[in-house]
Amino acid sequence: MKTANKRLTAERLVRDALEKAKHFADYNIFTFLNEEGAIKRAREIDARIARGETVGKLAGVPFALKDNFLSPEGQTTASAHILEGFVSPVTATAVAKLEAEGAIMIGRTNLDAFAHGSSTENSYFGPTLNAYDKERVAGGSSGGSAVAVALDIVEFATGTDTGGSIRQPASFNGIYGLKPTYGCISRYGVVAMASSTDCIGFLTKTPDDMDLLMSITSGQDPKDMTTLPDYYETNTHLATRIGIIKDFDNDSVDAEIREALRSKCDLLKSKGYEIVELEMPALKYALAAYYIIVPAEVASNLSRYDGVRYGFRSENSDTLDGLYLNTRSEGFMPENKRRIMIGNFVLSSGFYDAYFLKAAKARTLIVQEYEKAFDKCDYILTPVSPSPAFKLGEKLNDPVAMYLEDVMSVSLNLAGVPGLAIPAGKSASGLPIGLQLVGPRRSDKSLIEFSKELM
Amino acid sequence: MKYIPTIGIECHVQLCTKTKLFSEVNNDARGKEPNSCVSPVDYSLPGMLPRLNGEAIRMAILAGRAMNCEINPRSRFDRKHYFYPDSPKGYQITQFYEPIIGAGYVELPSGTRIRIEHAHLEGDAGKLTHFDSYSLVDLNRVDTPLIEIVSMPDIHSASDAHDYCKELWRLMCFAEVTYGDLYNGNMRFDVNVSLAPEGSDKLGTRTEVKNLNSFKSVERAVEYEIKRQSKILDAGEKVIQETRGWNDAKGETTSQRSKEEAKDYRYMPEPDLPPINLSDEFIEAESAKLPLMPTDYRQIFGDIIPNDTLEVLLDYPTLMKKLGQIEHEYTKKQSAITLIANLFASVLLAEEKSAEYLNDLPSAKDLIELVEMNNNRELSSTATKEVFLRLFDPQMKGRGAKQIAKELGLIQENDLEALEKIVDTVLTKPETKKAQDDFRAGQEKVLGFLVGQVMKESHGKANPSAVQDILRKKLS
Repeated sequence: MKTANKRLTAERLVRDALEKAKHFADYNIFTFLNEEGAIKRAREIDARIARGETVGKLAGVPFALKDNFLSPEGQTTASAHILEGFVSPVTATAVAKLEAEGAIMIGRTNLDAFAHGSSTENSYFGPTLNAYDKERVAGGSSGGSAVAVALDIVEFATGTDTGGSIRQPASFNGIYGLKPTYGCISRYGVVAMASSTDCIGFLTKTPDDMDLLMSITSGQDPKDMTTLPDYYETNTHLATRIGIIKDFDNDSVDAEIREALRSKCDLLKSKGYEIVELEMPALKYALAAYYIIVPAEVASNLSRYDGVRYGFRSENSDTLDGLYLNTRSEGFMPENKRRIMIGNFVLSSGFYDAYFLKAAKARTLIVQEYEKAFDKCDYILTPVSPSPAFKLGEKLNDPVAMYLEDVMSVSLNLAGVPGLAIPAGKSASGLPIGLQLVGPRRSDKSLIEFSKELM
Repeated sequence: MKYIPTIGIECHVQLCTKTKLFSEVNNDARGKEPNSCVSPVDYSLPGMLPRLNGEAIRMAILAGRAMNCEINPRSRFDRKHYFYPDSPKGYQITQFYEPIIGAGYVELPSGTRIRIEHAHLEGDAGKLTHFDSYSLVDLNRVDTPLIEIVSMPDIHSASDAHDYCKELWRLMCFAEVTYGDLYNGNMRFDVNVSLAPEGSDKLGTRTEVKNLNSFKSVERAVEYEIKRQSKILDAGEKVIQETRGWNDAKGETTSQRSKEEAKDYRYMPEPDLPPINLSDEFIEAESAKLPLMPTDYRQIFGDIIPNDTLEVLLDYPTLMKKLGQIEHEYTKKQSAITLIANLFASVLLAEEKSAEYLNDLPSAKDLIELVEMNNNRELSSTATKEVFLRLFDPQMKGRGAKQIAKELGLIQENDLEALEKIVDTVLTKPETKKAQDDFRAGQEKVLGFLVGQVMKESHGKANPSAVQDILRKKLS
């Protein structure tokens, strides 16, 4: 990616990005444009370059920040009404690391409120449009971030992936999107969706950009006790055998996507790789387990939004219960409420064993299924989603159809393994098709490197 | 009918860690402005994550060991959900499924053992102050580390309930895991009481009286509940399972919430904190740091300090520790320890300012010096008490017993030659002539007058019994 130097100033890079952002305003990508702040930062970097001082690895690189990352620049809303007006006094660890290397946040991007969704249609600010077809969804929940990169407004964007929220929008918009190993990047300062599956990651145009961003942001953080000890750079995983999952090779997956997968397999065979067919029957429980565990954690994590301390507070409540009811009824989107209700149901006394505990057991089976699979192969290549970008509104009133979007992505989050969405051509109607490379835990760097074999 | 009460007690102990259970903010909010000891983690901004305080784990191990409990090598945290403004996360982080402290027991001074079911770590809630049309929220107390100690239903009287709570308080104070200030809620008790007809092997329906903060109120609340429930049962009615509050002024419990209204806390494993895994070596090393406990002191001092004095002193951990230190450093001075224990119990604790004095005691060396002066008869027993109290006086402190006694002119004249000279002077005085004659004639009681004259001559410094001996010799 282009970094600032004496001839190409940071201010130039930032102004170009801001201009493009405004040019594409009708895509509804940004919830906030950081014009003043970004230019100020750019000038500081240019001044340091002029003085001959060393600047970071991302000096002057404009980036887009998914609006669920906390930083004092602009409101952090998570595209939710209930966080309207909230300006964070703290900065997320990942953002601080990017900014320490000179990256400049030019705007905050739209998402499904609290990252609940697969289309960015659940946003309080309305949907973001697909970079290739304005009548189609951007994917989600990191839809704004994906389109900002796909339209070349910024060099990269941050994302969060709880069940596919980076990989699916990346594949809908023809770019790279990485969900790293769970615990690779600190979650500190990122609005929580489901703590045990949330991963911080990036959307980029190239594997090398992805690698650079990972080397900067990965690592153990005392502020997040679930982060793993530093491992990213030390990883060298040599691949010879690539697995494909037989269970996904059926009519439920779009023919063009299956064809794209076959052609990539042929490419790999021609390069001398062995293709291994895998049976992973436990994965059929993934979606059900996911939509129990995740809503439970969602319901819990959203408990703090009560209108008492920050964000939106409903007017005209004369009792405490009234304040809670009105604030939460008015402040959450329908999909938020759906997940809060499911989550509280599966946790309630008498149902915990039947739902949450059973889902936790299914999760263990899925973890083991991946461990077994990686005994037989080094990486797995699968579709990201059953179809390319769908029409706006097509699945909005059918929550189950929307949840099925995640059928091939959620198992990675339950298992904690990394997955990289890569571009794999276009459909006959010109929509991007994406595939997903899956590796064992801690294989992130090698996985990114390996993706170049599929270019 | 006669009923047997069965009582189980849950006790919350605030730990005196430097920082909070899940953040790096000062845990000691005493005398601080509301909401001044609060970090973004504590007031629960979006994206904030708990960071476990290792000191709280260490203290939990000590607290567990103080109660003869097993320490579980693996424990973990859970979320307990409820909406209330004192809970900024919307849930409390506690240990519902796998607590850190396992089974153990507490032995009361009477020898009765009360078994501990388990004890767990959790974060405290904030504090609400209610006004007519609004309430104020103070989050200083949020996530102060607590351990909740759950007893088995082994208690069968109000006085044992009292003694159990008091013994728990002593254990926690001696283990140095809490400030132990009951008035400020450092320890709070929830008491479960049920009655069963004598001879029945089934327990009756229980009620829980919540949030008692003194041993006395525990005792009174239990007594009240026993009477109240007896009356209900005698009338052939049923006790309702419910939570009750305690009104200390009225001396009665009142209904707060029945079982049907009980909350569903929707417990869930805390995904932001990995399980705690403690190695045997770590548990052992930390357990070894447990200071001496009341039982230890009873063993050490049982023969040298009278039992009732000892039980009084056990309410003052700093005094017991001082005695322990003296015992340790001056092993052969048993009589000294008896004297100091007496001075502590009958002089110091009777003093108005004793509460201030307790936190800053004189050195063992000073106290031993004082005892030696007393034993050498350099100080009369009255003078010993006076110098003893001065050892605590901020103005005189650190000067040592000898120096203080000198400054106050309290040292007795024990030099026999010098005393003889004084006696001689007195005997030459004409006004003592008659008394001398009377004594020689067998009137014993005039000796007191003569001793008095010598004391006067010595400005009170003469040792009266030595003076008596000399007078007898001279007048024989």
